[in-house]
Amino acid sequence: MTPMRSSAEPTGGIPTQAPGRLRAVTIVAHLTFIEARRRRILAAALLFGAAFVVLFGIGLHFMARDIRANAPPAQQAMFLNLVTLTALYAANFLIVMTSVLVTIDTLAGEIGSGVIETLCTKPVSRAAVGLGKWLGCWLTFVLYALVLCGGVLAVARLVGGSTPPNAGRGILLILLEGTVLLTLALVGGTRLSSLANGVTVFGLYGLAFVGGWMEQIGTMVGNASARYIGITASLLVPSESLWQLAAYQMQPPIARDVQIGPFLTASVPSPAMVGWAIGYVLVALVVASHLFRTRDL
Amino acid sequence: MVEAPPALEARSLSKQFGAKVAVRELSLTLPRGEVFGFLGPNGAGKTTSMKMLLGLVRPTSGEGRLLGEPLGAARGRARVGYLPEHFAFHEWLEGRELLRFHARLLGMPTRGLDAGVEERLRRVNLADAATRRVREYSKGMKQRLGLAQALLGEPELVFLDEPTSGLDPLGRRLVRDVIRELRQRGTSVFLNSHLLSEVEVTCDRVAFVKGGRVVRDMRLGAEERDLEVEMRLERTTATLVADLARFGHDVRVEGDRVRMGVSGEETLPEITRWLASQGVGLYHLGARRPSLEEIFLEVVADDADAVLG
Repeated sequence: MTPMRSSAEPTGGIPTQAPGRLRAVTIVAHLTFIEARRRRILAAALLFGAAFVVLFGIGLHFMARDIRANAPPAQQAMFLNLVTLTALYAANFLIVMTSVLVTIDTLAGEIGSGVIETLCTKPVSRAAVGLGKWLGCWLTFVLYALVLCGGVLAVARLVGGSTPPNAGRGILLILLEGTVLLTLALVGGTRLSSLANGVTVFGLYGLAFVGGWMEQIGTMVGNASARYIGITASLLVPSESLWQLAAYQMQPPIARDVQIGPFLTASVPSPAMVGWAIGYVLVALVVASHLFRTRDL
Repeated sequence: MVEAPPALEARSLSKQFGAKVAVRELSLTLPRGEVFGFLGPNGAGKTTSMKMLLGLVRPTSGEGRLLGEPLGAARGRARVGYLPEHFAFHEWLEGRELLRFHARLLGMPTRGLDAGVEERLRRVNLADAATRRVREYSKGMKQRLGLAQALLGEPELVFLDEPTSGLDPLGRRLVRDVIRELRQRGTSVFLNSHLLSEVEVTCDRVAFVKGGRVVRDMRLGAEERDLEVEMRLERTTATLVADLARFGHDVRVEGDRVRMGVSGEETLPEITRWLASQGVGLYHLGARRPSLEEIFLEVVADDADAVLG
């Protein structure tokens, strides 16, 4: 056995200097990103994301052929836009799911297993550990979301020959929606088990979803109570309203006017919702940091 | 020259989980370079105490300092190593990657980080398994990796929570040797263990904890360890028992015998002289150093409230 060197000898490693906050965040974020790769979370997400895009491409190819053969030119663009928006709607759902799934276990799992103990006894703050984990999950989620949305838009362009209006703005709104839910999953993970956290965050997403539709239908039929309840739900969990804003942005003006299809936007969420959602994420991060810092491990 | 603060100071640290008191009024000081054993039955509050000292668990009341810094302060944690009881780690990392990650979190400078990691891997005999995923490690290998992790960054105080629970005799010897090397370097060690034979050969001092409370604190060096004295006296009265306490501690009457702990052999003639001066006949006096296991069983089985002195 090799004896340890005495303190008088130079050893690899001293003196240590506690890493700065930013350095600690990047170390933990890097580890979290590697985790997504090593545990094949990223590979599975990208594989099925790619499958989704390919399937959409094949479907769009045949639909575009039919539409071009049968529909008058004026309607072609609107139909293709509708098909693309439908694909983005499905992609949005997958993105929401993935944003939550990559995050629910990141703190909760390590707290449950005890892995977190040797992290939190290092000279780094718990806020830095939490923020690092958030950043690592966020990068994983963003990569997935960009592949999925980028794939759908590329297929729409190459196969269908069209791009929805304001596509960039729409994608940013979808990213913000995922970020809201991802951050909620981090908040829940500071105190709940992985499963309870998942159930809670999807439950909140469900509330926002129902609220969003209540707002739309309430506006359409002129029911102020339904609209008010819907708006309140959107403020509490601003995910669905961000999707509605994204859908509104990516529809051609004519579709907005006739208010048809699953992307009806009778009540267009205020652009201020973007500011609200960004503030919401920042406050949620502060809350997560506080809840994590003040709990026993 | 300013003297370095003790490795550890705890004053009346208590932790309550709902109605359950896990740790009650823990007060102790761990001088620099001392190897301290924290002993007690399962559920006595040993791990919770260690976690409070490390800042993982917030005390309900009381305070403490780690290497002169308040509990939970990053500056203290930078100089502390910790091997947790369940040694759970990121299993999808390779052994070497895991140590590098922990070294970076400790703030070890890039120059020398790899050398430090390799040295720890060799020390716990894991150099050959360094590129294997931790998931593939045996229980003992994971525990040794955890030990290597606790030794990163030249800590001044190392907490080891049941460090030999998953180890074979060779692994246990390795832990014993590591603790000895740490002591030689002047590093303090706070050890939670069930293995009394190990504690007996590695620790300078032990404290027994039961029901969240420290019920006895003693030194372990052969010449320093307390003697257990047994006497048979002509008569035993409450006053006599109370007066005997001035010569030692834990005075108790068991049948026709009086038992007590004294600090050394020199106390024995003092007791006999005093008994003679009181006119109390002494029919038998025996003294021996009990094994740690005997003390443990006695302390754990005892009703703490019945201990006098």
